Parts: sequence; structure tokens; C-alpha cells
Amino acid sequence: MTFQDRFKSTESALVATAVLLAAGAFVMPAWLSFLLTLAFAKALVVLGVVIQMRAGLVSFGQALFFCIGGYGVGLGAQALGISDAFLLLALGTLAAVLLALICGFLLTRYREIFFAMLTLALSMILYGVLVKSSALGSTDGFNVAPPSFLGWEPEGETRKQAVYLLTVAIAAATAVGFHRYLESGLGRVMEAIRENEIRVDYLGLSPRWLLFANYVFAAAISALGGGLTAIASGHIDPDMAFWTTSGEFVFIAILGGTGHVAAPFIGAIVFSVIRTFAIQEAPHYWQMALGIVLLGLILFLPKGLWSLIARRKLQVAK
Amino acid sequence: MTNLLAILFDGAIYASWLFLVAAGLTIIYGVMRVLNMAHGSFYAIGAYSAASLVGWYFSGQTGNPYWSYLLLLGSALVAGTLVGVAIERGLLRFLHGKDEILMVIVTYALLLILEDVTKLVWGVDPYFANQPYRLLGQTEVGAVLRFATYDLALIVVTVAIGLTAWFVLNRTNKGRLLRAVIHDREIAVAMGVNVDAMFTVTFAIGSVLGALAGALTAPAISVTPGIGVEVIVLAFAVVVVGGLGSIGGAAAGAVLVGLARSVAVHMAPEMELFVIYGVMFLVLAFRPQGLFGQTLVRRI
Repeated sequence: MTFQDRFKSTESALVATAVLLAAGAFVMPAWLSFLLTLAFAKALVVLGVVIQMRAGLVSFGQALFFCIGGYGVGLGAQALGISDAFLLLALGTLAAVLLALICGFLLTRYREIFFAMLTLALSMILYGVLVKSSALGSTDGFNVAPPSFLGWEPEGETRKQAVYLLTVAIAAATAVGFHRYLESGLGRVMEAIRENEIRVDYLGLSPRWLLFANYVFAAAISALGGGLTAIASGHIDPDMAFWTTSGEFVFIAILGGTGHVAAPFIGAIVFSVIRTFAIQEAPHYWQMALGIVLLGLILFLPKGLWSLIARRKLQVAK
Repeated sequence: MTNLLAILFDGAIYASWLFLVAAGLTIIYGVMRVLNMAHGSFYAIGAYSAASLVGWYFSGQTGNPYWSYLLLLGSALVAGTLVGVAIERGLLRFLHGKDEILMVIVTYALLLILEDVTKLVWGVDPYFANQPYRLLGQTEVGAVLRFATYDLALIVVTVAIGLTAWFVLNRTNKGRLLRAVIHDREIAVAMGVNVDAMFTVTFAIGSVLGALAGALTAPAISVTPGIGVEVIVLAFAVVVVGGLGSIGGAAAGAVLVGLARSVAVHMAPEMELFVIYGVMFLVLAFRPQGLFGQTLVRRI
């Protein structure tokens, strides 16, 4: 199989999975489609963490853009009176991109723990502002009115299905787009930057501006995930920007692995399913289980769940 | 004038608390290059063990109430040492020399585990142990201002801890060895310093300091699940402002952040949290190594 073939086969596999999932909307129970909606929205944010991890940067503040996306949708509906889901999502994403363009100038100068700490500080600043702003509901946040879809205003179960289908469509489009990005020159050079940034510099590329672009991309999809979460759950609060939310995204990124665009989606689904049952069965041990799994992953499966799939592929190829 | 005095005193109280919380974190990072997210859990464990022990002591109604202060210190010492040594020997020693960012994630996992361990041991109901806090009463400052004497005593205790740490590091042989490890680990090993033992001792000291911070704070607050998660990011802000790994830096960072917050609380209460991380962000933007940190040379 040549490189070109594989490139296309991955994309068609992604699209086929999306079509299957979309068709599933009419047979699967409501709780499952709701769970998948939130999982896919989360996966978009995690994808933002993953593309930065591939460049060697761990963002402990991706919740910043997750929250901006959510509040963009919420405020767009409440303050500006926009009801169209697409416009709302675009608004949140645009806000995040603008913010990332500003923060990127500063953040791209930092690596390793300094990058992690600075991103964390930024998201905590937003958290601090939101918690204290009573106009936005302080710690309680506020509810997001149900949106319309290009003029169509479904009710009840139909609306939930519509949100699910929208999420699947956006997730699939993003996955295909970012698969191309990861396989492109720009995407590949991120790994080179992780391995040895100074050599990339010597080769005549500017790691700083490449990372800048990468950071803005990450911000955009994270905000998209935040916006979808706000639409799906109908509620936003400042905890979206709290650092433990970012920690959860980092966790899912490590769980899935950074090897493939599908990895964060697999990670997010596994995470959401386990969490749903764990919170029901053992609410007080849930975090402990997370911690133990995280340690286990770091020690025994550093490339995440995706490496299990990748390994099998390799064996089949042999 | 009164307002200024209030800001200064509040700032000093908050700064001393911040220093207590951050000191252990910065020592561990300085020696081991581990930015320990689980430090928040040490704080929580210290607070819980102190609160439950003091609560038990006062429920007996016998004995001199002033012994409870010794109980605070003792519980922090025992709990911190136990947890610190167990974690270092049981897990971290297998990971010495790994990437700093990986260690952040490892200690994040530890934080998640310890959060639930504290819930398992102490349950989810809040603990109150404010007898030591009320015992000292209030002190009047300048006729109009009143502060809890416990808070003012905390400043003294913190200064004492800071001075002790400085003295041990700079004036004793063990401290000089520790500084050698901080300065260059490989050379220290080559010179015959038992770095492994140093790491365990350092980690224990750091976790005792974290537990101590929790134990000394416990009488002033209600001890509930989640206090560790809130504290750890504050401690991060302080050590990052001062420069990771430097005790003096942590002190400077604590004073800066403490005063900034105190000004915000008195002048613009809605800015409280914003100011803390705003200071951190500003310092990092202009001096990424922190106020007292050393610049690292880029290695190819």
C-alpha cells in the first residue's frame, strides 16, 4: 500500500464511521447519543491538546478556549440574540482565535513546564474573572437557550438528535481536516520541533511562527468543542475554565495517544463511557481510578490506546 | 491611613500563608526538578489530620487547650513524613531523571489518587477545629483594626520556618550538599553525594512543609474535599513568580502576590482572583525564569 492510498483510506474510514454514527442516531437510545455528543465535543478540545503535544508542548490550560467557545455561544444567544447554531459556534470560535492570536505572541516564547504553567495561568485568569462577574451568573453560570439550525427550530427529542448530528458532522469534518494537517509538511515539522527545535531553526524554518499557527489551530477547535458542549448541555459555568478541566483534557490526550487524529476521539469515548458508569457505581473512587489509569498509561503504555491499534496494523502488514 | 494599614496587615497574613504553602513545592522542584502537583494533596492531608486530631482532643474536654498547638505540628510532621516517604520510595524513585513535563503529569495522577484517598479516610463531611484559632482571641492594631491573634502568630511562625530553611541550606553541611545537588546533580554524584537519599529526604521535607501549611490553616477554615485542588494553583503562581526552586524567590513571590491580592480585596473585590494570576502572568511575560530564577542556557 502506498502512502497515497493510506492517506485516502484513512479519510474514507473516518467519513464512513461518521456516516454510521449519524445513522445510529435513529436507533440508539437518547442517553447514548447524548453521551457521544459530549464525548465528540470533548474530543475536539483534546485534539487541540494533542496537536500541541506532537510539538512537545503540554497545555494545562486548554480549558481557556473550551470556556471561551462555550461562553461565546452563551453570550451570543443571550446578549446578541443570535439563535442560529452555526453562527453561535462561529462566534465562539472567532473569539477564541482572536484571543489566541494575542496570547500566541507571548506563549510561543515558552517551552516545557513554563508553557504548561503560563497556559494554566491564562485559563485561571479567565476563571477568576468569570467567577466574580455577577452579570454572567458568577459561579453558577447561566443557561443557553436552545438554538435553531438555519431557521429550523426542532423541539424535544428531535432537537437532541439534531445537535448530535451536527456534532458528528463537525467532528468528522474536523477529523478529516486535521488528518490532512498532521500529514502535511506543517504538521510533520511539529514532530521535528519536539525532537530538536534548534535544528529546525538551522534548516531555515521559524519554530516560533510554526508553533504560533499550531497554537491558533488548537484554540479554534477547542472553542468549537466548547461551543458544542454549551449547545448540547444547555448550560455554561466558570468551571469550564478551571484547571482541573484542562487536566481532564490532558488525561484524555494521554489515554488516546498522539499517534493519529482518531486517537483523541477513541480516548474521549472510552473516558466518557467509563466515567458515566464510575460516577454511578463509585462516585468517591472515580478520581482515584483515573489517577491509577494515568500512572499505568505513563509507565506501561506511553503512546496511549492508539498504540494498541497501530501495533496490530504493523503485525498485519508483516 | 487605616485602610493602608489594613492592606499591609492583610497582605502580610496572606503572604505568610502563601509562603507556607509554596515553600515545600519550591524545595522539591529545586532539588528534584519535579513540579509536584500532589503538593495540594499534602496540604489537604495535613489539614485533615490536624483537624480530626484537634477535634478529638477537644471533644475529651480534659487537658490544657494549649497542647493543641503541639498536636497541629505533630500531626503535620507524622502525616507529611509518612506520605512523602511512601510516594518517593514507592513511585518517584523509579522515575528520577525523566522529563519535567512528564513528572507534572505523574504528580497530577498522584493528586487525583490522593484526593480520593482523603475522601476515603475522612469522608466528605467538613471538619471544624477552630478551637486553637479562637483560643488566642483578637489583637487590636492602631485602635480601629482588629486581627485574629492566630493569624498574626502565623506570620511569626512563617518567618521562623523561612529563616530555618535559609539557615539549613546556607550554614550547615547537609544544606551545602543539597545546594551542590541543586547546582549540578551529575557532579554531585561524582563527588560521592548520595543523591537518592537526598531526594527522599528532600521530598519528605517538602511534603512535611505542605502538610504543615494545611495543619496550620485548618483551625481557620472548614476542612472540606477540594481544598488541595484550589491551593495547588496558588502555590504554583507563587513559586513561578519568585523563580522555581528558590526559597528566597518563594518568599518574594508570596509577598508580591499577597500584597497584590490584599490591595485588590480592599480596592476592587471582584478582581481578587484575577490579580493573583495577573501578577503571575506579568512576571512570566517579562522574566520567564521568575524574579529570582536563573536563566538556563539552550542546549543543542
